Amino acid sequence: MPLRLLKYGLSRDYPVSGDIPATPELKPAYDVVIIGGGGHGLSCAHHLAKYHGIKSVAVLEKGYLAGGNTARNTTTIRSNYITPEGIAFYKEGVELFERLSQELDFNVMFSQRGQLTLAHTEATMRSFHMRAEMGKHMGTRTEVVDQKGVEELCPLINMDYGGPLEILGGLWHADGGTARHDAVAWGYAAQASRRGAEIHQRTEVQGFEIVGDRVQVVKTNRGRIACGQVLIATGGMNYDVALMAGVELPIRCYPLQAMVTQPLKPWLHTLVSSVSLHTYLVQSSRGEVVIGGGSDPYQLYSTRSTLDMKEHLAEGAVHLFPFLQGVRLLRQWAGITDMTPDYSPIMGASPLTNLWLDCGWGTWGFKATPVAGKRMAQTIADGRVPDILKPFALERFETFRLLNEMGATAASH
Amino acid sequence: MKLLTCPMNGPRNIDEFQSFGPVRARPDPNATADRDWSRHLFRAENRKGVVVEWWRHVPSNYFFLAERDLVSNEIIRTFDASELRDRA
Repeated sequence: MPLRLLKYGLSRDYPVSGDIPATPELKPAYDVVIIGGGGHGLSCAHHLAKYHGIKSVAVLEKGYLAGGNTARNTTTIRSNYITPEGIAFYKEGVELFERLSQELDFNVMFSQRGQLTLAHTEATMRSFHMRAEMGKHMGTRTEVVDQKGVEELCPLINMDYGGPLEILGGLWHADGGTARHDAVAWGYAAQASRRGAEIHQRTEVQGFEIVGDRVQVVKTNRGRIACGQVLIATGGMNYDVALMAGVELPIRCYPLQAMVTQPLKPWLHTLVSSVSLHTYLVQSSRGEVVIGGGSDPYQLYSTRSTLDMKEHLAEGAVHLFPFLQGVRLLRQWAGITDMTPDYSPIMGASPLTNLWLDCGWGTWGFKATPVAGKRMAQTIADGRVPDILKPFALERFETFRLLNEMGATAASH
Repeated sequence: MKLLTCPMNGPRNIDEFQSFGPVRARPDPNATADRDWSRHLFRAENRKGVVVEWWRHVPSNYFFLAERDLVSNEIIRTFDASELRDRA
């Protein structure tokens, strides 16, 4: 053995420890209990530890780390929404993604390749003009392109000139991109646990003990935890978990199905999405074409896949790119999405003073992993909701101040 | 193919039907505060369990009710809306 190698072997840094420690024993109390070990919860733990000095944090995960919607989304990152409040928030999210690999010292494979959304009707073109002007006003890179522009951005696309689904133009969002979903969660988990946050996998929340307007104890399958503050960030289970605390959220759960093809050589260099076809495609860095995202047409808590939805997604994908017809599907899956009435998330306070919500992420949560964690950590640390989150409050439904993002949401509904 | 048994048209492909969501009680418009209106509009039954919901057979435009399990997706039974009215 070369002596130089031996020197490394004898160093104090060897053996190198894993990025994410094994689940420790539960302590009787934590300053902050985060329910949900997905991207959002882990991002919040990281921001609490790194920027607010709060290290007595337990992240509770019923299953395994980032195995819910963090693992099941289709990794679209963008800020081309339609309300100023929505754009401001998602814009900060995109900016955090731009620096995320450096922030986490972990390669999240962020690829800012731009997103092209297609219009097949004049009505869609009109809505694109509105989104583009809102986007420019808010300082994002969003513009309307004509047919020639679509062909230049995506030369292999079937324009279907004169056909029933002729492409009339598109919304080009140069800030759009994609990243490796698992790496985002792992990077946050590694950073948070390095600074003292504890990640408890296979730890299921079974109820709360509430005294007055405070959660005193979080009850789990591994014991009781006294808590200072509590955050609910459990994706498809948000309705269920909040209900245990007596909070009834305006959420209905639908499965969202997606699938990937076998790996292909790189040919799709932007994210492509069609509003009318309810289909969007992105080629991963491994070459697989990720095809999403079909919401089931009725409420359900099952992550089964259906042939109906696969046929529907395949039809849209093959219409846009006919040469995909002979390509094999490699995997299919579904996640439970917690849909809100206005297609915007619910972030901020709950009726209980120390219970905070990071809920209602429906089909649009992955892109907000860094920013939701950052802003929820700030909220918990300060005990006060920052201005950027105020429009997303749960009370907006009682005051009828909805944030309608339905038209800017890509999945079919 | 998942089948849904329509009370009028018999078992049909569920693709022929449209879901209109869980049945909710209609508030009294003369005695309902804003808060309760908001609740009526924006909160629907979403607990893991059996819901009673409105469905429409699209080709015949026939509305009816179904009891369905939100976890197993089993359709327990379907019935005509008059049954709901009679119950009320």
